[in-house]
Amino acid sequence: MSNFIDIGALGDIPQQGARLVKTAAGCIAIFRTVEDKVFALDDKCPHKGGPLSNGIQHGEAVTCPLHNWVFDLNTGAAQGADVGQVQTYPVKVENGRVLIDKNSIATKAAAA
Amino acid sequence: MCKCTDLSHQDVRKFIRLKALKSIPAIMQDLEWGSSGGCAACRPALNYYLVAEWPGEYVDDGQSRFINERVHANIQKDGTYSVVPRMFGGMTTPDELRAIADAADKYNVPSVHVTGGQRIDLLGVQKEDLPAMWADLNAAGMVSGHAYAKGLRTVKTCVGKDHCRFGTQDSTGLGIKLEKALWGAWSPHKFKLAVSGCPRNCAEATCKDFGIICVDSGYKLLVGGAAGMDLRETELLGTVETEADALEHCAAFYQLYRENAQYLHRPYKWIAEVGLDWVIEQIMDNAENRAALADRFFFSQSFYQTDPWAERAQGGEAHEFTPMADLTQVAAE
Repeated sequence: MSNFIDIGALGDIPQQGARLVKTAAGCIAIFRTVEDKVFALDDKCPHKGGPLSNGIQHGEAVTCPLHNWVFDLNTGAAQGADVGQVQTYPVKVENGRVLIDKNSIATKAAAA
Repeated sequence: MCKCTDLSHQDVRKFIRLKALKSIPAIMQDLEWGSSGGCAACRPALNYYLVAEWPGEYVDDGQSRFINERVHANIQKDGTYSVVPRMFGGMTTPDELRAIADAADKYNVPSVHVTGGQRIDLLGVQKEDLPAMWADLNAAGMVSGHAYAKGLRTVKTCVGKDHCRFGTQDSTGLGIKLEKALWGAWSPHKFKLAVSGCPRNCAEATCKDFGIICVDSGYKLLVGGAAGMDLRETELLGTVETEADALEHCAAFYQLYRENAQYLHRPYKWIAEVGLDWVIEQIMDNAENRAALADRFFFSQSFYQTDPWAERAQGGEAHEFTPMADLTQVAAE
């Protein structure tokens, strides 16, 4: 079951930027695209742990700031020749507010 | 330029000028970019070309800058940052050193390193602590050293004729003047200077983007050095007689490079393309052109020579440094 909770306004995140949500099992990066779509991914590159929230976002992808791995924001999968997977979380926008699935975060925290 | 367009860097810059394109979306629309919103290669280049072309008009796009330039600190392998305050001409004071030591204690800086550019690197700072640490350094009179920038980095100097028995000119004083004039400028790649007080060259001016070697009769101006991926010795641009001349020639050379070089090309790469003779013609042989270049540089500086740390210490760009929400206490229902 999903259980969405409010984490802030869409306007709190710059377009083509990201903000962090702290959880008991590390940070989740909330990305906002130029079309105002939002995505939630672990803020940790599977390659060397780079903070993906600090990467350059382009289209629906982000480039890790440490070694330029590129991840699809929809799936969390590495693009191109690199092989890796970042966990994604259900997130949506309603009435200008950003909502994230609380249960998936609690599950992540319990597993950590 | 990248997979988003068939145009070259030079084509894109030409169109930015000719068509007066003043934003990244305007460039992408007018020049029919093949991707939606560009990529991590073209966006920083376009942002630089707009910064250089339209000082005072263009609104910098932080999301098109690499993280180091977005948060004005260098990202490290563990996601922490390093902080390097500017020390003009490599000079510092006991008060500055005390403030740096206090900041290192207060923010639990694990490593303090002396850089090759004659300043101090505080390594391992948490991103959330950056604005408060900058505020403390600002309070002691220090500004960002731009150690992260495709822009003016350091001006390395030797102690010059004030102390050295071989010194021919005030190399330290000239280095400070140069750094005070040039800091804050963005360029296609990093730009490093050095001023040596005599041909023994203790400041290693012969491997800098712009180096000066003082001699009894004046100042030898050297360009196109590098000591990075490639090792390059500088070549002689020309010789001038006064400090004021050295400063004007340096500003003019920097501006010529800023206006013409491809993004991520150091001066030596750009000089290899355009030819040193052309650069000498533009700077040494044409006083009117040289003065115009220097004027355009200082006009640009009137907008860009601001301390990015002070802006952020006062609350600017807060979204970069604070989390959006804290869900550490969340439990499933």
